Amino acid sequence: MLHPVAWWLWGAGLVVACAHTTNPLLLVVVVVVAGWVVAERREVGAVNAYLPFLLLGLVAILLRVGLIAILGSGVTGRTVLLRLPSVPLPAWMAGVRLGGPVSLEALVAAAAEGLRLAATLACLGAANALASPKRLLRYLPATLYDVGTSVVVALTYAPQLAGLAARVRAARRLRGHSGHGVRELGRLVGPVLGGSLDRSLDLAASMESRGYGRTPVRSAPARRLASALTLTGLVGVVAGLYGVLDGSVTGLLGMPLLLLGLVVTTAALLVGARRDVRSRYRRDPWGAPEWAVTVVGAVPAALLIWAESHGWPGVVLAQSPLAWPEAPLVLVLGVLLPGLAAVVTPVPPRLAAVRAAAQTARRSAAATSAVPPAKQVTS
Amino acid sequence: MIELSSVRVTYPGQDPSRPALRDVTFTVEEGELVLVVGPTGSGKSTLLRCVNGLVPHFSGGTMAGTVGVDGRDTRTHRPRDLADVVGLVGQDPLATFVTDTVEDELAYGMEILGVAPQAMRRRVEETLDLLGLAEVRDRTLTELSGGQQQRVAIGAVLAAGPRILVLDEPTSALDPVAAEDVLAALHRLVHDLGVTVLLAEHRLERVVHHADRVLLVDQGTVSAPLDPAEAMVRSVVHPPVVELGRRLGWSPLPLSVRDARRRAADLRARLGPGSSDVTRVATGVRSLDAASRHGNRATDGAPAATVSRLAVRRGVTQALRGVDLELSRGTVTAVMGRNGAGKSTLLAALAGQVRPTSGRVQVAALDPVSTPPARLVREVGLVPQDPDLLLYADRVAAECDQADAERGLPRGSTRRLLDRLCEGVDDDSHPRDLSEGQRLCLALAVVLVGHPGVVLLDEPTRGLDYPAKTRLVGMLRDLAASGHTVAVATHDVELAADLADRVVVLADGEVVADGVARDVLAGSPAFAPQVAKIFHPLPYLTVADVEAALAEAS
Repeated sequence: MLHPVAWWLWGAGLVVACAHTTNPLLLVVVVVVAGWVVAERREVGAVNAYLPFLLLGLVAILLRVGLIAILGSGVTGRTVLLRLPSVPLPAWMAGVRLGGPVSLEALVAAAAEGLRLAATLACLGAANALASPKRLLRYLPATLYDVGTSVVVALTYAPQLAGLAARVRAARRLRGHSGHGVRELGRLVGPVLGGSLDRSLDLAASMESRGYGRTPVRSAPARRLASALTLTGLVGVVAGLYGVLDGSVTGLLGMPLLLLGLVVTTAALLVGARRDVRSRYRRDPWGAPEWAVTVVGAVPAALLIWAESHGWPGVVLAQSPLAWPEAPLVLVLGVLLPGLAAVVTPVPPRLAAVRAAAQTARRSAAATSAVPPAKQVTS
Repeated sequence: MIELSSVRVTYPGQDPSRPALRDVTFTVEEGELVLVVGPTGSGKSTLLRCVNGLVPHFSGGTMAGTVGVDGRDTRTHRPRDLADVVGLVGQDPLATFVTDTVEDELAYGMEILGVAPQAMRRRVEETLDLLGLAEVRDRTLTELSGGQQQRVAIGAVLAAGPRILVLDEPTSALDPVAAEDVLAALHRLVHDLGVTVLLAEHRLERVVHHADRVLLVDQGTVSAPLDPAEAMVRSVVHPPVVELGRRLGWSPLPLSVRDARRRAADLRARLGPGSSDVTRVATGVRSLDAASRHGNRATDGAPAATVSRLAVRRGVTQALRGVDLELSRGTVTAVMGRNGAGKSTLLAALAGQVRPTSGRVQVAALDPVSTPPARLVREVGLVPQDPDLLLYADRVAAECDQADAERGLPRGSTRRLLDRLCEGVDDDSHPRDLSEGQRLCLALAVVLVGHPGVVLLDEPTRGLDYPAKTRLVGMLRDLAASGHTVAVATHDVELAADLADRVVVLADGEVVADGVARDVLAGSPAFAPQVAKIFHPLPYLTVADVEAALAEAS
């Protein structure tokens, strides 16, 4: 099994890359590459989060295009497709419009923005499917126990909700309802939410009684110092990330703040972890495949940040006048590179077993199908 | 090891004059296996959760008195601070899993307690072997069968090496053999390592002979730790072997099959006139069956449900492979077998919940999958393993009204049926707040009110005490007598002995035994009920059988 942190760093690289381009061609390539790696390296039995996240992304695109069509946007284009009936709004709502002309340029810009969000979600889904976030949580430092409980409960809640919804829907049939339609959906809400809330409480109780959040004996000031350091560092990281992801913010709010935040956080975590009593069953080793995955994930991020700041063509979609997006070879190769993750990493054990079994089955099938022609010859 | 003194627990919103626990004072010594016995809703779970501090730290409510665990007071120690001393295994294993895979789950508790990696590896291996989980070690927890999940939950707590284990109905989801394995493991822990075990269980026939002491719980009061035989004399809930002893006036009361069998040697000699005549006795018993069970029934030849060459695939597992089965009208069939043998899938296929991969299912000449649900429910009703799934309303009365409306019946029909099944269900309570048994009755009422010809129940006795079980048996026999077809998937051999005309045993998706209940049950060491083990080779299954035979003999 690959180290979970490696997969998440790989996913983070893809997310950063997506954040720095609106070129639909590049974004689609990223989505396809992420999907391919999931298909190749997802362990048997692991939740496939890629598809639901991708679907969510498609919804985001549609929503965005729809809203822009109704509300308009900053992009004004000359190619007016249709005019929606305009709703006059009172004077104090100046700046907001409802209806009016819908231009092709505005719609394309909205779709590209939506696609960017969709690609980001797909990358997150891929990381989720490749390494369960629960495995990642084992690396959460001792200082963040409470956050850990909430995250575990939340992560368990979503898949349970889906499973429970399916079972409740099946049970609806037992009471003579089809389980289809909006009214039926409304009927499901109560039992599904109630049931999964009960489950979440049970899980929290189980974590509590198994000792989650045990603090080793240490003084209150030391604990407070560690918490304060962690919090400060994390705020720095978040603000820095925002600076890096949002290309329009420059200066101190970008990379420097991110680095400073990372340093403070690491210091806090080290201080906290020194007192951590937890031990690890089966340490995930960090070797060449982990480095390779991290690097192939980081390359497109670095490449696109560089390309964007140096104004390379093909990074940003030309909006007015509209032009078919270019696909410079270097950038395409850059975003294809993360696909190497499906080659350089070992196949997860159970997936390998399933594939081997399928192969033997195919081979024996081929062997038996090879026999009849021979018989025909003799007859 | 465990010391409770004048403990009183009242939950928020509860009538203070009727607390969940009152004046509980007892001491459990180190290395004892203590069994907590009581009817459903008597306060057993609350008592168990007091021991590791979940009550009141997690549950809320007010607690008076003190609970001391290995010298630590639960007032000043939170459950997490007690995790190295007390391990708690809850009722629903799936809800308690923190990680994704079997091995990670077993290691989780130890990781938190900071067990050294080397020791951890060894203990994980030991636990895998102890509970028979080695084959599924790398599986995802959601892929496992119910019994495997239960064993993982126990193993996960066990592996962390607590000095006290608290288990809330650990075997209720397990088949008899798996349950025996788990209990044997507990027994070994108590005797070899001196671990203290506090155990609540409804299926006393499985555990009572392992117990050193028994705590009787009734409406919030808890007895002093009693000698098991002494406790069984006065306990409202008791296993068949005790029932037999009580009826025959044996003293001291036998608790295990072995004791009872030695005690019953002369009885066996009196009832069975020698081993050569066993067949005669068997025929005699069968004619008894014909009179009481198979009699006065409207059998019209055509089976109510037919399954032919049925195969079902669920994900990567083949749940059923080529099952042939006919359910005839007016009979009760028990479907038995190991955890994960395909019992639930078979019932689900009959109710149109799963689509067959190949083969055919017919219920009342309909194909359950393609028939519209509204039509299908008039022919077949299924109560799933988790009856909660059938209940939607926030009040019992609303649930009943809705069921009436769905079936187009006059208002009050469901409520009347519910009252017949079990008394005293409050109209205004929330279905989730009812006891396990009451909830099952409500779900049953909702299904039965439409008078489906075929009634299917999946594991209906989980969490039911003996009186509730007796009522359930009576009700299902009445249904069969009035021409309904009943099929029950169960691990509970005593239920099958009391209830079934016919027993079908599944293994790995195939039918391995199918026949008259008496033959199948009495002939199998795993599925034989206690009375059959005591009177072997005489073919009696229940205490009632023995009494009838005695009456005839005298």
